[in-house]
Amino acid sequence: MSRLLEVRDLKVDFYTPNGTVRAVDGVSYTLDEREIVGLVGESGCGKSASQLAVMQLTESPGVIAGGEVLFEGHDLLRFAKNGPEMRAVRGGKIAMIFQEPMTSLNPVLTVGAQLEEAVRTHCPLSKSEAQERAVELLRLVGTPSPETRVKDYPHQFSGGMCQRVMIAMGLSCSPRVLIADEPTTALDVTTQAQVLRLMRNLVEELGTALVVVTHNLGVVARYVHRIYVMYAGRVVESGTTKDIFAHPRHPYTLGLLKSVPRLDERHGSRLIPIEGLPPNLIDMPGTCAFLPRCPNAIDRCREESWPELESVGGGHDVRCYVNLGEAR
Amino acid sequence: MNESCDAPACALPEEDVLAMTDIHVEFPVFRGIAKRKVGTVKAVDGVTLRVKRGETLGLVGESGCGKTTLGRAALRLYEPTSGSVCFEGTDITHLKDRALRPIRRHMALIFQDPSGSLDPRKSAGHIVGEPLRIHKLTSSKADYERRVEELFSLVGLDPCMMDRVPHEFSGGQRQRIGIARALACDPSLIICDEPVSALDVSMQAQIMNLLKDLQAGLGNLAYVFVAHDLSVVRHVSDRVAVMYLGRIVELTSSADLYHDPRHPYTQALLAAVPIPDPYVEQDRDRIYLEGEIPSPLDPPTGCTFHPRCPRAIPACSEEAPELRDIGGGHEVSCLRV
Repeated sequence: MSRLLEVRDLKVDFYTPNGTVRAVDGVSYTLDEREIVGLVGESGCGKSASQLAVMQLTESPGVIAGGEVLFEGHDLLRFAKNGPEMRAVRGGKIAMIFQEPMTSLNPVLTVGAQLEEAVRTHCPLSKSEAQERAVELLRLVGTPSPETRVKDYPHQFSGGMCQRVMIAMGLSCSPRVLIADEPTTALDVTTQAQVLRLMRNLVEELGTALVVVTHNLGVVARYVHRIYVMYAGRVVESGTTKDIFAHPRHPYTLGLLKSVPRLDERHGSRLIPIEGLPPNLIDMPGTCAFLPRCPNAIDRCREESWPELESVGGGHDVRCYVNLGEAR
Repeated sequence: MNESCDAPACALPEEDVLAMTDIHVEFPVFRGIAKRKVGTVKAVDGVTLRVKRGETLGLVGESGCGKTTLGRAALRLYEPTSGSVCFEGTDITHLKDRALRPIRRHMALIFQDPSGSLDPRKSAGHIVGEPLRIHKLTSSKADYERRVEELFSLVGLDPCMMDRVPHEFSGGQRQRIGIARALACDPSLIICDEPVSALDVSMQAQIMNLLKDLQAGLGNLAYVFVAHDLSVVRHVSDRVAVMYLGRIVELTSSADLYHDPRHPYTQALLAAVPIPDPYVEQDRDRIYLEGEIPSPLDPPTGCTFHPRCPRAIPACSEEAPELRDIGGGHEVSCLRV
């Protein structure tokens, strides 16, 4: 498999009246062809902010403060935000699906018109060809009777169907990379299963690589090949899905896994929550951001700055002095 | 307080705190400029349900299945179109506001959105103490303040935060304020409407543990736990009722729900929930439901699940199955079981 996308040391700042928030603080990740990568973490950990930055969609008061996004031999962050090169990539070669399908679609245009617009922005097609392509896309994502549904407005679609339209729009120009930001959070479980299965099948059929941003560890376990766990703007652990779930090394990853109820758990078992609150990203101390909530902290954690991400072998990296695997 | 002076009594086993019998809740639908009534949505369509003292009953289902409506009908926040609601031995179905108020003291509600359900301009202490003031439950100012402090400690909030307003708290803490308010009048039943859905994973676990600890510590506190997340519902509940289009399709213990689900919808719902363990996931059976939930305006005939059901037979489209006990308190409404 060849490398498709490489993000290096990405930094995003938000200027607030109370001070500067570094929402993304040196995030690096890679994505290979036909790979499904998951970015996992709780709200405010920077997982969505990092993906918006990859697309140069960071909005004021946010600023991309540094880093590189390498794609097809170019650093995307060097392109002008609304220049022709960036616009060819955004929505064309790299597409994004957002969390709220209902609010991402324009309510006063038909679904077909919105699909045609996406198609014609990036491909040199005539109006009638674009119309055909819109029907074809709706069929691809499993819409019943697509010929009539293209003329419908978003409010005539259910949440799950709207999300399918968003996926169709994302796929309209056969992107190399699809970034899905919490693609199923707003959907019911049976619909979630349908949509995720659809996305996985499309990855396999079309050879697209997929980045899934989610807080749902179940979704990650079922669909994702490799995981990046984020906390307070940084990747704290990364590796293959099986490795991370079987041998979590970072106390935060372990805490997350222990705090979610499992459908197959023995009845009466107790959850072990992560105590305390997520950190305030303004005025972060130099030490590990998880330190105040960490049950495994040692003196070194209090004295030294946040450790670097270090490999523990097998493509498994962890940012921790304790390294739970060795302690066990 | 003499609470049931003029309220009709109803026969209810002593161990039941709530009994709902054949509850229907219908909402009229109006269209057009003239607001002509064009139909009715049967949000709850004939549900019979008992909640025992001190137990947690989970109500689970997808959006529009009527789980929230049913929970609210139990408190008479929505008026049932027909059917009866008995709470602690009193038939409250037709009670007037004044007679209902002293009884409502013993029931409480926790909402999904902790920020939307707290007045942003009132202090946390004021919010938590409001039920005490409404029901005049404390004898003096000192008594009142002591009780509010007690409630704060009970839900794991520092009483010195009483003077802060809701936006100064995190999401998890706000939900704790909502829980403290619900506990103010020593309720015997709390309807928890998606209490952890808006929270982060680590906060969800804290709140679920808190709810369990409160139940163990206070004794005799029953929860009706309404949520769409099957893993969460199964974790906190003793028994679980699975709803589909306004009806209960299966009702059983939490253990049986996972190990012995009988209704095809329950089976599909369970299969759709991913388990956070890739090794378990790779060996699981997959059942994918086709299509979507039909409109409750025009529900299918017979069993409402039959158009999506992998095991449907012609009879399913004609005959609506009753919820019946198949042994050990496991109730299923399906012709094929």
